[in-house]
Amino acid sequence: MEQMDIEKDLQTKGLILNMGPQHPATHGVLRLMLHLDGETVVKCTPYVGYLHRGTEKLCENRTYISALPLMDRLDYISSMANDVGYCVAVERLFGIEPPDRAKYIRTMMCEMTRISSHILWLATHALDMGAMSVFLHSFREREWLLDLFEMITGARLTVSYPRIGGVRCDVNREFLESLYKFTEEFPKRIEEYETLIDQNRIWLQRTKGIGVISARDAINCGLTGPTLRGSGVSYDVRKHEPYDAYDQVDFEVPVGKNGDVYDRYRCRMEELRQSNRIIRQCIKKMPDGPILADNSPELDMPAEGHRKLIPEMSLSHACISLSDECESIAPAGEFYSAVEVPKGELGFYILSDGSGKPYRMRLRSPSFVHASALPRLCRGHMVADVIALIGTIDIVLGECDR
Amino acid sequence: MDFALTLGIIVIKIAVVFGIVLFHVAYATYFERKIIGRMQARHGPMEVGPHGLLQPFADIIKLFFKEDIVPSHADRWLFYIAPAIVVISSMTALSVLPFFEGFVIADINIGLLFILVITSISVYGIVIAGWSSNSKYSFLGGLRSAAQLISYEIAMGLSLVGVILMAGSMNLSDIVKAQHQYPLGMFAFPQFLGFFVFVVAAFAETNRAPFDLPEAEQELVAGYFTEYSGFRFALFFLGEYIAMLTMSIMVTLCFLGGWTIPLFMTNALPFLSYVPGIVWFLMKVYAFMFLFYWIRATLPRYRYDQLMAIGWKVLIPLSFANVLITAFIMRWL
Repeated sequence: MEQMDIEKDLQTKGLILNMGPQHPATHGVLRLMLHLDGETVVKCTPYVGYLHRGTEKLCENRTYISALPLMDRLDYISSMANDVGYCVAVERLFGIEPPDRAKYIRTMMCEMTRISSHILWLATHALDMGAMSVFLHSFREREWLLDLFEMITGARLTVSYPRIGGVRCDVNREFLESLYKFTEEFPKRIEEYETLIDQNRIWLQRTKGIGVISARDAINCGLTGPTLRGSGVSYDVRKHEPYDAYDQVDFEVPVGKNGDVYDRYRCRMEELRQSNRIIRQCIKKMPDGPILADNSPELDMPAEGHRKLIPEMSLSHACISLSDECESIAPAGEFYSAVEVPKGELGFYILSDGSGKPYRMRLRSPSFVHASALPRLCRGHMVADVIALIGTIDIVLGECDR
Repeated sequence: MDFALTLGIIVIKIAVVFGIVLFHVAYATYFERKIIGRMQARHGPMEVGPHGLLQPFADIIKLFFKEDIVPSHADRWLFYIAPAIVVISSMTALSVLPFFEGFVIADINIGLLFILVITSISVYGIVIAGWSSNSKYSFLGGLRSAAQLISYEIAMGLSLVGVILMAGSMNLSDIVKAQHQYPLGMFAFPQFLGFFVFVVAAFAETNRAPFDLPEAEQELVAGYFTEYSGFRFALFFLGEYIAMLTMSIMVTLCFLGGWTIPLFMTNALPFLSYVPGIVWFLMKVYAFMFLFYWIRATLPRYRYDQLMAIGWKVLIPLSFANVLITAFIMRWL
């Protein structure tokens, strides 16, 4: 009885745990305020913006071409896909049709990016769960891919390889051969990862039934990409609104069923295989021809045979004069263009006033939308699951904060 | 004179064990990094010395010279003594562990019990460290650790009851001798349930994967020693590795026959009996240490509630069953 009285007078309150922005598992600088009851999460509030660099605003003061390197820095793990997305958007605005070879190269590069992004996701996701070896095994393949990127673009992460109306430089035979060798080897490596975790009892216990989100909720939250497909919604921009050469290659869109962490994991693993398939098709079908459209904007890094700068003008001079003088370079109006980056649907909403610069450019970044779904996913789970959930929505804060 | 001689021998033994253990810990970290490195398609340390052999010394020197940071609102006194408690308790456990026939610092009759008692003191160090750091991550880590160690201690203690019943003694040397009399030469076979429970509990007791929740770096940064730096951090590390060694030795002594090899092996191959006992002993201990590393490289981590469920719902009933079955067989058969 006395015990009861004491407990009545005692004031208890939940523990508020501030996770991040400096935390090993928040994948960058995500900050979560966790209201805990024991180890159970009562409420989770994500705070974003620690990596805000004002990309959208910066774009307003740059020409369409010089804004391209900013796109590298959005989702720095899959910079190629962002670049392609941006180029596709601007091409749609200008009405430029890139040549076939460029389309195939881009598609191939995008899928390489998807693989490298997904295996980085797998690596960190598994590491978050404590499976250390998967992390290093998948980094081995990522390293291989980055070397391939370096071979052709000269950069490993921030590639800035696509151009409006094509790509910067052509791929050579040597590159295609080594990439083909990679695609032959890679399915075995996927099986290797799966041996470690796929049927692992602990992995199943940690992932099945965690962070379940129904198809309806997932759509309402605005989830896209594998995070949405894990819930059983077959939505993929590559299929529904094909860009580049995606309508000419054969691939499937893997979907999950239960919408839990495990299904999303399975989705991404299947996507690795599909991406591998797409790359192989691209290599086989790769047509000959130019890599840059004839009517692509004349500002370009000097690609062979496409140096169309006015002789007396330097590159920087041309940059300035374009934005100052060519008032009607772009069609005016507003439009939305989306591509499927590894994380989900990356959208570019461009408001063009006809000048060589976007009047306003809004980026619909999947990571931002996915981060906003965290509170719903985390509720009622434990601290350890929060880590799994941050992993499963696959966010990159560079893209989230823009 | 006699007393002085005995004392001298004990001091020398302590010095030898101490030195060996410290050296062992230094190289246990090295081998862990090498072995896990190989399992993960990389080399592990390669820079300091040939094949990175001097890496442990580089680490020790680095840790010695690091700034000793104490959080501003920490409870200083408790913060200081917590790592000492962990190290002292794990070191003391070594005093009753025989390494081979006759080599033991204190040959006491309740050796097994003493080890269980003294290793469970280290949980105080962990809880105090978690509490005194005045950090929520440390605090959660300390709480998890306390709950984990206490629940697995029960399973571990019960799993050893079968061994005690079969050997009829708590003296570790006697347990080894008793195993030598058994046809299979190891308690791991008749006591397979106890063996299984003990191995799982040993992983949990030493906070190693897949039960490394108290220091789950992805969730709790580093768990209870998040706020520690420099040599105090090294002391926790030392404590953990000594605990691993203690558990490996315990498993070797209680289940794998210690420094003896089964009689049928020496009967079949008589020359094996000329191999010194310490060789068998070390082989068994390091095989078990290897298991620690192997598991760490392979398995993901359990969640906190799953860990508790395994401890209370699986391991403790299993070890109870083991005790009952063993007692029944020993009494009536």
